[in-house]
Amino acid sequence: MMDTNSPDTATATLLSVQNLTMRFGGLTAIDDLSLDVPAGSITGIIGPNGAGKTTLFNCLTGFYKPTTGSLRLDHPTHGEMRLEALPSHRVARDAQVVRTFQNIRLFPKMTVLENLIVAQHNVLQRASRFSIAGLFSLPGYRQAEKEAIERAATWLQRLRLEHLADHAAGELPYGIQRRIEIARALCVDPVLLCLDEPAAGLNPRESAELNALLLYLCRELGIAILLIEHDMSVVMNVSDHIGVISYGRKIAEGTPEQVKNDPQVIKAYLGEDDEDAENSGNAVTEGAAA
Amino acid sequence: MSTVVFARHAMTPAERLRDAGWVAFVGLILGIPLVGLTTVDVGGRLAVGTRFGLLAAAVATVFAGRLLLHWALDQARNRKLARARASTATAADRAHGAQKAVMLLGWVALGASVALPIFYSDNRYVVDTATTVLIYVMLGWGLNVVVGLAGLLDLGYVAFYAVGAYSYALLSTQLGWSFWEALPVSGALAAGFGILLGYPILRLRGDYLAIVTLGFGEIIRVILVNWTEFSGGPNGISSIPRPSFFGLEFARSAPEGGQTFAGFFGLDFSPMHRLIFLYYLILVLALLTHAFVSRLRKLPVGRAWEALREDEIACRAMGMNTTNIKLSAFAIGAMLGGFAGVFFAARQGFISPESFTFTESAIILAIVVLGGMGSQMGVVLAATLLVLIPEFGRNFAEYRMLLFGAAMVLIMVWKPGGLLSHREPTVRLNPLGKPAAAKEAA
Ligand SMILES: Nc1ncnc2c1ncn2[C@@H]1O[C@H](COP(=O)(O)OP(=O)(O)O)[C@@H](O)[C@H]1O
Ligand SMILES: [Mg+2]
Repeated sequence: MMDTNSPDTATATLLSVQNLTMRFGGLTAIDDLSLDVPAGSITGIIGPNGAGKTTLFNCLTGFYKPTTGSLRLDHPTHGEMRLEALPSHRVARDAQVVRTFQNIRLFPKMTVLENLIVAQHNVLQRASRFSIAGLFSLPGYRQAEKEAIERAATWLQRLRLEHLADHAAGELPYGIQRRIEIARALCVDPVLLCLDEPAAGLNPRESAELNALLLYLCRELGIAILLIEHDMSVVMNVSDHIGVISYGRKIAEGTPEQVKNDPQVIKAYLGEDDEDAENSGNAVTEGAAA
Repeated sequence: MSTVVFARHAMTPAERLRDAGWVAFVGLILGIPLVGLTTVDVGGRLAVGTRFGLLAAAVATVFAGRLLLHWALDQARNRKLARARASTATAADRAHGAQKAVMLLGWVALGASVALPIFYSDNRYVVDTATTVLIYVMLGWGLNVVVGLAGLLDLGYVAFYAVGAYSYALLSTQLGWSFWEALPVSGALAAGFGILLGYPILRLRGDYLAIVTLGFGEIIRVILVNWTEFSGGPNGISSIPRPSFFGLEFARSAPEGGQTFAGFFGLDFSPMHRLIFLYYLILVLALLTHAFVSRLRKLPVGRAWEALREDEIACRAMGMNTTNIKLSAFAIGAMLGGFAGVFFAARQGFISPESFTFTESAIILAIVVLGGMGSQMGVVLAATLLVLIPEFGRNFAEYRMLLFGAAMVLIMVWKPGGLLSHREPTVRLNPLGKPAAAKEAA
């Protein structure tokens, strides 16, 4: 079910972003950005605050309609899909491009297990046949529900969350909520998993665990990952490939080594850091769907 | 540890006496002009008199009252501490306890409602009031789908109640349909209206949603008032046929070719038969509603409603079509409201737009919110309270609505999350009463 990418496609392009531009009134959040995301690998996206990283995710997952440009996904079963033409729920359901949010968005009053089962809504809803099979608890539906629970339990076990399954998600610590959000996204069965700053607010040990998890998802299960992250210990260690964005433009691209030594990147990052030290009021607020 | 915390708050007896003494002293100072001195009418002229006895009593009362107040505060604090200490019991245990308490309450309520007409078989007032309670319970359960589960604030729910009532009234008086024939059709009509309302407001939320639903409720009412040829206008529709008991009429004399309920069972005719039948009818309808909604809650559609309430954007990111989810919530909620409306029309025998004003929507919404959004048992409690408080309040005549409002405010202050805010998960990995630890050890 999860091995949607066989190893021989590992070098092929899964997602191709071409000349993407996103304007909000006068503000150009993404400016003619082109980027290729290879299948079966981890692609890091870095850039200073307000660079347009979250906006890129919002365009990718149908929350924003790009002003111009195209987003082509080479889906392993459905062939080429144009993400910019799909509404957000179809991006997740049909294109299987699934995201997490910079500000965690769980279903807080529901339990962890329920969160993971809601993520399998479409499969279950089909099995419940307009709720008729569900209302009468017909065998087909019962089987589907059992499988959904098993699947959720498998992910909970892999992410070592099993003991928290029946707790309300909103009452758990921040680091754990981040992990739950990833587990929930995995229950949608992603072809491309987009993580928006998954290490934000994690302690060093949790960050190290996140590294191991990302490598496992990509190397063992073949899920391609697009990763926005500020924590360099995460991005530099797990990414196969990194794109750097500043003011909505791609300023560099390459392996972690190449990116680390790129003068443009150093300027964008260190320059911004220096400025930040003097004038910390510059930070830009995060996007609406962030 | 806890004793240290406690000691910091506790006062020694000497401190307490001193504290009470100071308060009594303040009372004395204030009391001299207020209580101690008074004006007396001496032969048409005012003179100052003294009431030192009364003053002494007042000061003594203040002194004792202050001591008593502190004692009561201490008691409350002790109880809170004890509860905090007891809560070292696991969250699972507490959830288990809450769930069991709600279950018990449910069975008691069910038993009481089944037995009620047996004990009050000749008390028209009690059976009538209980029937009203059950109508509100059913309406509350219907609105709970929209507001409590899906989190869509609907201030015009009464519109669907009206659609159900008028559908039955018209189908029965114009086309001669029976109660049981009209019930599903009216429910479907109400559901259709639910979808009709749902479409234009798909993109709205919160306050905006509330305003549009409010408008929708008013539109339906205004149409009913003004479209006289269709709905009878302000005069409403009368002589709506009453439901029969499997074809047996509740009448003194049998219609042509038919039989009466009393005649068939060899009973003496009594108008109470019909009231009790209506009571059991709404009880069955309400219980079916409950079974239906409780089951839906545990199905994908129900979980989707709750997820929608929690975070719509996350729902879309999980691939859920929020349009369908919202429309299904509106349709199901409206259908249940429509069923209640059919029963209402059949019970009253007469309906007019008067019965479907905004106040009605507000009361149903209050039942859902007061009960604890999404809690089925909470709706029962709140509906009972909201119907009974004004009934008991009849003795207070014009203060009745004041009493009603005060009770609502008090409940919300005492329990901001509603009477029953415990949410029972729709599914558990480790079923209750079988803790995870035991499972691991096995
Ligand atoms: N919905 C929106 N409306 C207006 N401006 C937006 C919106 N979303 C994002 N922006 C702007 O786009 C720019 C990029 O934001 P964002 O993508 O959140 O940056 P980051 O790289 O930190 O994730 C910011 O200047 C932000 O204010
Ligand atoms: Mg961001």
